[in-house]
Parts: sequence; C-alpha cells; structure tokens
Amino acid sequence: MHIVVCIKQVPDSAQIRIHPVTNTIMRQGVPAIINPFDLFSLEEALRLKDKVGARVTVLTMGPPMAETSLRKALSLGADDAVLLTDRKFAGSDTLATSYALTSAIQKLAEEEPVDIVFCGKQTVDGDTAQVGPGIATRLGFEQLTYITRIEDLNIASKEIVVQRRSEGGVQVLKTKLPCMITMLEGTNTIRFGKMDDLFRAARYELKTWSRDFTGAEEGRVGLKGSPTVVSKVFVPKPRAEKAKMIEAASDTPDAMAAAAIDAIFAAQPKLADDLLARAAAGL
Amino acid sequence: MSEPSKPQGRKFQLPEHLKVYKNVWVIVEQERGIVHSVSLELLGEARKLADKLGVEVGAVVLGAESPDLNRICGDAISYGADIVYKVTDPALADYRTDPYCRVMTEVVNTHKPEIVLLGATTLGRDLAGAIATTLATGLTADCTELDIYADNRSLAATRPTFGGTLLCTIQTLAYRPQMATVRPRVMAMPERDDARTGRVIEIQPDLREEDIVTKVLNFIADREQNEAQLAFADIIVSAGKGLGKVENMKLVFDLARVLGAEVGVTRPLVQAGWATNDRQVGQTGKTVRPKLYIAAGISGAIQHRVGMEKSDLILAINTDPNATIFDFAHLGLVGDALKILPALTDAFGRRLSVNRMAG
Repeated sequence: MHIVVCIKQVPDSAQIRIHPVTNTIMRQGVPAIINPFDLFSLEEALRLKDKVGARVTVLTMGPPMAETSLRKALSLGADDAVLLTDRKFAGSDTLATSYALTSAIQKLAEEEPVDIVFCGKQTVDGDTAQVGPGIATRLGFEQLTYITRIEDLNIASKEIVVQRRSEGGVQVLKTKLPCMITMLEGTNTIRFGKMDDLFRAARYELKTWSRDFTGAEEGRVGLKGSPTVVSKVFVPKPRAEKAKMIEAASDTPDAMAAAAIDAIFAAQPKLADDLLARAAAGL
Repeated sequence: MSEPSKPQGRKFQLPEHLKVYKNVWVIVEQERGIVHSVSLELLGEARKLADKLGVEVGAVVLGAESPDLNRICGDAISYGADIVYKVTDPALADYRTDPYCRVMTEVVNTHKPEIVLLGATTLGRDLAGAIATTLATGLTADCTELDIYADNRSLAATRPTFGGTLLCTIQTLAYRPQMATVRPRVMAMPERDDARTGRVIEIQPDLREEDIVTKVLNFIADREQNEAQLAFADIIVSAGKGLGKVENMKLVFDLARVLGAEVGVTRPLVQAGWATNDRQVGQTGKTVRPKLYIAAGISGAIQHRVGMEKSDLILAINTDPNATIFDFAHLGLVGDALKILPALTDAFGRRLSVNRMAG
C-alpha cells in the first residue's frame, strides 16, 4: 500500500506580529513549523503503516527551506519525501496548488499506485480547507474530510470504514480506496520519532521536483493559474470605542457584581426581559 | 468527474462568454430535514448583494423528495430567495461529496449564477472545495464580509488570514461563478417574510446509487451525545487562563447554570485539559454570536477574539486594566474574576428568583 501525506511548512501563527508602522507581517524570527493540522493526518498514516504495512511518502510544495519540515516528517517515520519547488509555483492559490500537488502525486503513482492521500484539514496560515478536496476531485479519489476515526481498512477488498464529523452528528461512511482523507484535529497525538529514523532523516536524499519534472502546465500554476486575486490586505479596524469601564459603589465583589448587572441590563434591556421571563417560567 | 477547464495566462478582465453568468446563489444546507441556520443568514446576505447588482437570489435545495424538503423550499423564499432550484434524488438523502459535487457542477453549468455562497461548515467546505475544482473557478473561504465593487460588479470577499491578525479582500475577476464560504453566525439572521413569493424549479438529476462508491452506514446525532452547543447559545460565560486552576472552572459553570448559559473556554484551557474542545471559542474552535458574552480571566488574544467579537454585548472581567480584551469588549470590569464570578452568580440568582416569586 502506498500512502502520500501532503504537508505544508507554515510560520508559527501564535508568534506572528504586525509591524506597527508598515502594517505588514513581520516574519523575521518567526519559527517555521509543520502545519499543526497536518500532524493529525501524518500520525494516522503512520498508524496505518504500523497496522497493515505501507510506504508513506510525504509531499510538500514550497520554497527550498521547506526541506526542514520534510526531514521532520521523515524523523517521525515517513519513508520518502518529495519537495515540489519551482519559482513558477509562486503565487499559486488553492486551485493552482491542488493542481500542482496532483501532478506530483500522479508522478509518484507511476512508481507505485497511490491508495490513500492524506491532507491536513486546513492550514493555520491560509485556513481555506480547499486543497485536500481539490486534490481528491482532480484524482477522482473518494473524498473523506473531517475524519475522526478510521474504523476499518481491508487491504484485500480495498474497503475502508470511517467516522466523519458533520454538522449535528457523526457520519459512518464505508467506501473504497483510493481515497483522500483529512483528519479532524485532536483525533490522535503525533508520536515521538525513533532514534534510527532521526539519523535516517538527516542522511536522506530528498527528491526535489520541478514543474517540468511533474509535467504541470505553466499556465495552470502560480499567479497565471490562480483565479483569485488578493485586492487588499489590511489590519482589522480596532473598535472605535474601548470598553466602558464599570464603576462600582465600592470595590467589594458584591458591589461590583451589582454594578455589572445594572450595566448589562442597561445596555441590553431585552436581555433582562428574556432572563426574567425564563426565570418566571421556572426554566 | 469532468476535467477542469484550462485557464490561459493571468487575466483580470471578465471574458465576453462569462458575462451571461447572473444571479446570486446560496446552496442551502439541509440534513435530515433540518436547515442549517447559516444558510438562512446567507440568504439575507445574498439578498443585499443581489439588490446591489439588480439581479435575483437563487437558493439550491438538495435532498430526497419529502414534505420537509418542500417546507425548506418555502422557507428559502421567506428568507429572501426569488428562485428555488429544488434538486431531488434518493441518492441525495444524505450528504456525500461525489453525488452532491456532480449534481451541483451540472446545475451551475446549466443555470450560470455569477455568485455561489455556502456555509463554512463541514458540508459547505467539503462541497465548495470540490465544485470550485470541477468548475475551475475562484473560491474564498471563511469570509467575514461580502460586498460588490461598483466599478466592475465583482464580489469583494473579505476574510481573516494569519489567524485573524490581518484581513484580506479577495476577488475572482476573470472566472465565474465567484464562490465564497461564510462561517455560521458571522452574518445577521434576516427577518422572515411569509408574504414573499418566488418560483420553484424542479430538477431531477440522473443519479444511480450503484455508481456512487461511498455509502452512509450510520449517523450518530449529537443530540444523543453530551456535547456543548455553543454556536446556538444566547449567553456564554467563558473562561481563560486568568482562572488560575482547573478547580475554579466550577465558578464559571455555576454562573452559567443561573443564566441558562453555555460555558466557553480559550484554546490554552483545552490544551491544558480543563475543558473539551467542543467548548473552545476562537480561530480553531467555534465562532459564536450570543446576546451576552461574559469573558472571565481572558486576555483577549486575537485567536480568541475572532471567534467572539461579533457578540451583541461583551462583558470582560480581568485584573489587568491594560488587558487587550478591554479594547474590544463593550463593558469592562477590573477585578478578580474568582471573587466576582460567585458574586455575579448570587446577584443574578437573587434578581431572577425575586421575579419568580413576584410573577
């Protein structure tokens, strides 16, 4: 079985700051990490490898420095790593990105057919959740997003049973390989790498693929292949007024609570009526 | 699955043949006869966009034929649709990507809407990502604001990026339809108007169950589980790191009980194991829009702010008078949440029970 895990190297969003004067993102010194949502999918792929045996290839599209994330994935137990990198890919939106990644997955499939593609649910920098479905649609794979659990995988019959988070409940789905899976966050915990994998990752010779190599058409990647245009980037407008500070008669908790309730009901008289009606109804 | 068409070079002008695309559509999300509230919110938003463009609002309702589905078609009109595309087939009873994507691709290619809106839910995001690929067009996820640029009549879709530290406005200039998803509770719920009229176009796609690989074995409803329903709560009492230790979560739950409220938390509390992730409000959690949001011991990090700043009234309680949360809360109380929470619980309890005796 051949599993491909698509990952993205992203800036650690918790540490991003905006330059106070120029209103641009200050990337200097912000550490690059594997998109946290990808780790749930990588872990699930590695668990399938442990359970039923599989070759796990990690794939990323990005600048040469994305090598760091691929080596990290190798150190956790992935077998192979492909870096899809080309200046022609710069500026790709989700449609162009899923096209470029699909061209690389098809190239991988020439070596060994791909049974499952794992993607992160979404990235923390783009937050779109569109690249996984884009890849599934292009490959004609069954699309399984927001998966909370892989219940069963039968290699012989190529059948897979999963639980999928949906609005208002959980769907239990049975489908066939090949499929594209995105795991919901919190469904597993990424393992610690083993020492020999760490050494192997350091020595591993990365496969670095260009657009020419995968055969992706020039007009369908980068800015040219991207229907969306970013027309404006700006910092959220701070609310015009800051909070109205509640002044209490004294600084005892009771006085402060009484003042707070008065302020709430003064600002939202309807809320007071609703609450009183509920209380009167004995709810 | 049809092969996406090939874009030729970077284009900013809408090609002549795409100018026939007209009307603003909402794909109405319904599962087992229940419409997701985000679809109604989107109908209100679509109405505003369509009025600016001088076009009609279309609602696409997909499912198996049933009285519920007919009721939903009527509701779509009451909430702002002029045309309902009612797409029925037994294979559409439960959501599955493949049949929904195939059918929607065909309906869009036939009726050519200029804008297609979906909820940023598990269904909407799953479907939008698939059909934007088959239609080879632009899709903007998780928008917080939609508008029309007057000069070229294109959709200006604004969304947070980098976890809400920045906003960007995205347009799809040379491709149609223009697609966007919007999170639940970001747009206001429109007023229902039963006097509105509209027409229903019935569509029966040619689906065969044996062609669909994925089967739904079971559905486990959350109603049978014990999950928090934050997205629909009128009042939320939320806790942050300022609560100090897990035992103090009790103070938040006590106040919530008196108010009939739900309890929310920030991400660090979920990471610390103080609460389950169904209670997390913020960027990687839920977006909420309650009538009252009480933030106790929450500093106001941007990741939390994006999930709750649209609340009608935010009361922040924090010991630090310079805490960021006071920059966007409506009411601020500088003090120790550990002392104020029990006082609030008592005071609310007294005021509400006095009334019960009086009434």
